[in-house]
Amino acid sequence: MSLLQVNNLSVWFYTRNGVVKAVNDLSFSVNVGQTLAIVGESGSGKSVCCYSLLGLIPCPPGRIESGTADFDGQDLLSLPIKQLRQIRGQHIATIFQDPMTCLNPYLSIGEQLIEPLIYHKNCSRHEARDRAIALLEEVGIQQARGRFNNYPHQFSGGMRQRVMIAMALIAEPRLLIADEPTTALDVTIQAQILELIAEIQRKRNLAMIFISHDLAVVKDIADHIAVMKDGEIVETGPTKSIFDAPQHHYTRELLAAIPSGSKPESSTVSNTVTSNPPLIEIEHLNTWFGGKNAIVKAVDDISLSVERGKILGVVGESGSGKSTLGRSILQLVRPSSGEIRYDNIELTTLKPRALKTLRRRMQMIFQDPYASLNPRMSVFDTLAEPLLYHGLATRKTVTPQVLELMDDVGLAHSAIKKYPHEFSGGQRQRIAIGRAIAVKPEFIVADEPVSALDVTIQKQILELIENLVEKHQLTMLFISHDLSVVRYLCDRIVVMHKGRLVEQGDTETIWANPQDAYTQQLLSAIPSLQDQQPRSRHHETGDSGNRSSE
Amino acid sequence: MSSPGSTDIATNLNAEVHDAEQGTSLWQDAWHRLRKNKMALAGLFVLILLSLLALLTPWIAPYGYEDQDLLLGPTPPSAAHWLGTDTLGRDLLTRILYGGRVSLAVGFIATAVALVIGVLYGTIAGYLGGRVDATMMRLVDILYALPFMIFIILLMVIFGRNILLLFFAIGAVEWLTMARIVRGQVQSLRQQEFVEAAVSLGLSPWRIMRRHLIPNALGPVIVYTTLTIPNVMLLEAFLSFLGLGIQPPQSSWGVLISYGVETMEEYPWLLIFPGLVLSITLFALNFLGDGLRDALDPRASKD
Amino acid sequence: MGRFILNRLLQAIPVLLVVITVTFFLVRLAPGGPFSAEKAVPPEVLKALEIKYQLDQPVIMQYFSYLGDLLQGDFGPSFKYPGRSVSELIFSGLPTTAELGIYALLISMLLGTAAGVVAALKPNSAQDYIPMSTAMIGICLPSFLLGPVLMLIFGIGLEWVPVSGWGNIPGDKILPALTLASGYTAYVARLSRGGMLEVMSQDYIRTARAKGLPEWVVVLKHGLRGGIIPVVAFAGPAFAGLLSGSFVVETIFQIPGLGRFYVQAAFNRDYTVIMGTTVFFATLIIVFNLLSDIAVAWLNPKLRGRQQGSIQSGANE
Repeated sequence: MSLLQVNNLSVWFYTRNGVVKAVNDLSFSVNVGQTLAIVGESGSGKSVCCYSLLGLIPCPPGRIESGTADFDGQDLLSLPIKQLRQIRGQHIATIFQDPMTCLNPYLSIGEQLIEPLIYHKNCSRHEARDRAIALLEEVGIQQARGRFNNYPHQFSGGMRQRVMIAMALIAEPRLLIADEPTTALDVTIQAQILELIAEIQRKRNLAMIFISHDLAVVKDIADHIAVMKDGEIVETGPTKSIFDAPQHHYTRELLAAIPSGSKPESSTVSNTVTSNPPLIEIEHLNTWFGGKNAIVKAVDDISLSVERGKILGVVGESGSGKSTLGRSILQLVRPSSGEIRYDNIELTTLKPRALKTLRRRMQMIFQDPYASLNPRMSVFDTLAEPLLYHGLATRKTVTPQVLELMDDVGLAHSAIKKYPHEFSGGQRQRIAIGRAIAVKPEFIVADEPVSALDVTIQKQILELIENLVEKHQLTMLFISHDLSVVRYLCDRIVVMHKGRLVEQGDTETIWANPQDAYTQQLLSAIPSLQDQQPRSRHHETGDSGNRSSE
Repeated sequence: MSSPGSTDIATNLNAEVHDAEQGTSLWQDAWHRLRKNKMALAGLFVLILLSLLALLTPWIAPYGYEDQDLLLGPTPPSAAHWLGTDTLGRDLLTRILYGGRVSLAVGFIATAVALVIGVLYGTIAGYLGGRVDATMMRLVDILYALPFMIFIILLMVIFGRNILLLFFAIGAVEWLTMARIVRGQVQSLRQQEFVEAAVSLGLSPWRIMRRHLIPNALGPVIVYTTLTIPNVMLLEAFLSFLGLGIQPPQSSWGVLISYGVETMEEYPWLLIFPGLVLSITLFALNFLGDGLRDALDPRASKD
Repeated sequence: MGRFILNRLLQAIPVLLVVITVTFFLVRLAPGGPFSAEKAVPPEVLKALEIKYQLDQPVIMQYFSYLGDLLQGDFGPSFKYPGRSVSELIFSGLPTTAELGIYALLISMLLGTAAGVVAALKPNSAQDYIPMSTAMIGICLPSFLLGPVLMLIFGIGLEWVPVSGWGNIPGDKILPALTLASGYTAYVARLSRGGMLEVMSQDYIRTARAKGLPEWVVVLKHGLRGGIIPVVAFAGPAFAGLLSGSFVVETIFQIPGLGRFYVQAAFNRDYTVIMGTTVFFATLIIVFNLLSDIAVAWLNPKLRGRQQGSIQSGANE
């Protein structure tokens, strides 16, 4: 029986630059006890369609153009706001993406938890408090009674998301909308939260809409999947058939874009046989921050080496010190102690002048393509600056050289006079890569270069990096939290945890046989397209109680 | 607007719309936005007009600055004296024009003093960081806590009403906020990845400041400068009103208002016209400042 | 929180010392002694006066004895009003100025915040434009202009309210309080509008709406808490501004308060009175800045929670 039936929903935004059809003629339904996953890349309208059901779209510029949304006999889209408020939080609850910003920092979590009960169910505060504490315990907050009056900043990201889940459940809703609930979390926490959401959905027989950009994440949790692109559903069907027999070419593209499997052999044929001499050798490197009483050991006694012409992956979760390691090597952060030898030159004791000539040989690609480009410099200025400054070009020859660089990174020549804000994220990352290779470096530190990008774009940028590494015989330190990406690209990996190096080795060796407990945990947390059964199997087993004890 | 997804939509859309055009820099974007703000444009126009009048005063003023006509005495506006005359029979329009030169000069010069000190101090503190920065900003914090208005009055009382001292005193107050703004900007820019990229390209610190830091810190500085000028003019008028600012025979709008208040029951035009001119100037500057803030705010570009 | 307050109190001490020192030596730098203006004082009388006021001692000794007196709340004697101490003079004008200042502070904080919140709820609508244009007028019509204009219209023209004095005729407090409050009301309105706009665009407001809370709860409970922080932070500086604003307002409306007294002392070059009043004002301003900083910190749970120690980590992560 369908609890929510959406028909022909269209939401348009009237912006300065014209009308954006964020959601166009969308129809879908959600059944009691089932999970519908809406999957799409950023800007596909997947969040807009759900928020418009609850009247949470800012109007203007947004406007609901057409459609009906039948929820239990009522049309959500034509309900007066007063009645819609009765449904929000009481019958339809939402879990948002970023638990850091979605909880009110000025109110205690207890106060925020009991609000739906007080305003929807006329509970007394005392009664509400007891139910809230019971629920907090159910979602895995220990000593919930004592933490009831704590503020959001006193919880970690994963714990906040648990609070958020409790808040959504407190008024016993019938439909749960989860908007990328694990995207902001580390991979090991993501696995725990996904499991919790799945368990709660089953136990309470909820209808759920699970919004995600990541097909791998929804694979285990969804009964049905709707794939969205540019405001429209391009394909919808049971989870199994979407994965096994995708019909639409975009679905296939999405599936193909998920990095899976090992590094293609072709690119490493020459390298795998013999090991090359190391370009970089690091011994007992320490980079510590902070003063006397609060030292953060971001990089804690790390020794490793990077072979010439190879890609070394550095894997770790947020706060593991992997970025600091990369920046320490490039001397963007001064290490506290230890040795870094680049081509047998000791970097840590180098004079600024000598360092300057070395800088040309090692470059960096950054994570955030929105912050890594100077907003006041055009593509030409950005790419010409390193060429001219290092004397690799003259005023006369610089234009053709810039154009050549743009060819290298796949940018159209017509874009040469444009500014960063006029590009999409993927194009910006191409510009940033162009700037890094402009000075013809031998070594590049790539710090999460694809983690801010959509999957299909991510695939393109990864391919670009792969090609450039091969073409220019680059050596690379590739930093990422995403093990699938690292496996796809890197020859060797090192795993970092809390500033320490816990394991290193050939990618496939570690993949097949991780030694360290943390590495094992990390690997088992990856949502993967292979190796696991689709979710419908779990569903048939019925009783959910034993799953949590598995 | 933080509607879900609308940011992406806007960026995608921008990319598409601009595909046809040549690149437009953020400055050009800001100018386009400013041009749509009627009040800010009107403010800009009024300011240009006032500045021209102030520059050309000696040639266009209908009467001499010191010309008295004691027999005429105070008269309401007439064909001969458009804005009337004061108790000594001096032409009010002429006096407002000359007073405007002083008021505007105080506004612009004292703001320039604040701008130079503040930008230098803030850039140095923000760029060097660490202990130097901590010491420099602690000094600013202490100065901030001082009751400057009261000190200025004290200074004026003790050392007499000296226009140079006034520039210095006002500039000394206003640079603090400027320094804080610039330092905050430089500090957050320094942590941006594009500055790290510039460092890793081996660019010299001077080039990084000139090409990467200052152009990006300029927006807020321009906005704050525009909003400091009316503050300074107000401060001067305030002191002059108390009899602690500009000294006769020089005069400013504040001085004229002060005289106007004394005789407002009999000769209200002596208060109304100088007051009107001061208010219009303050309006113009504030509207322009607000308009610039909206135009230069990157967040405003999203909707 | 306790540590924070203690910290801020300790920071205020050097600031206060700087104020006292600067004021003391500035006054000493002034050309001529306090008695040189009076014509033809016989040398022996002058000598006696200097001994009486300890002016014959080295400046550094005078400085320390002044500091010592200050610690006991003694601002020294007035040079122009023989037989009266500066403290007496200050406390005779203080109640009037304090009353005026409190009225103005209340008007500006309450009215300003209300106007700003109303404007922020519907940005770029009439509900926004009307209060904000009014606020712009408030900012561009300084008190020394607004006061006389109000007086002309409501006092002299319409004869609704008295035009001068304080507490003598009913209604004579209205115009001065409004005049003093106008600029700050306008500024507070702009600040609270900005603060509310910022807060209302935060993700947690969307969360509150998604819970189905009535809009007034969303605004007043979830929004206002963060939105008024800029206003609270401004309360300290606003107090300093109100104090100097009272110089003008008390002069215009002929109110026998501390501000008018200060301006008169400035003209009379009554140096001990100026110095005493300056130190007194400075102390008040520093105290109010401190209070507003503490209030801001109290509004922020991250700072407030310091004393009980935050529990940072999750249990099973």
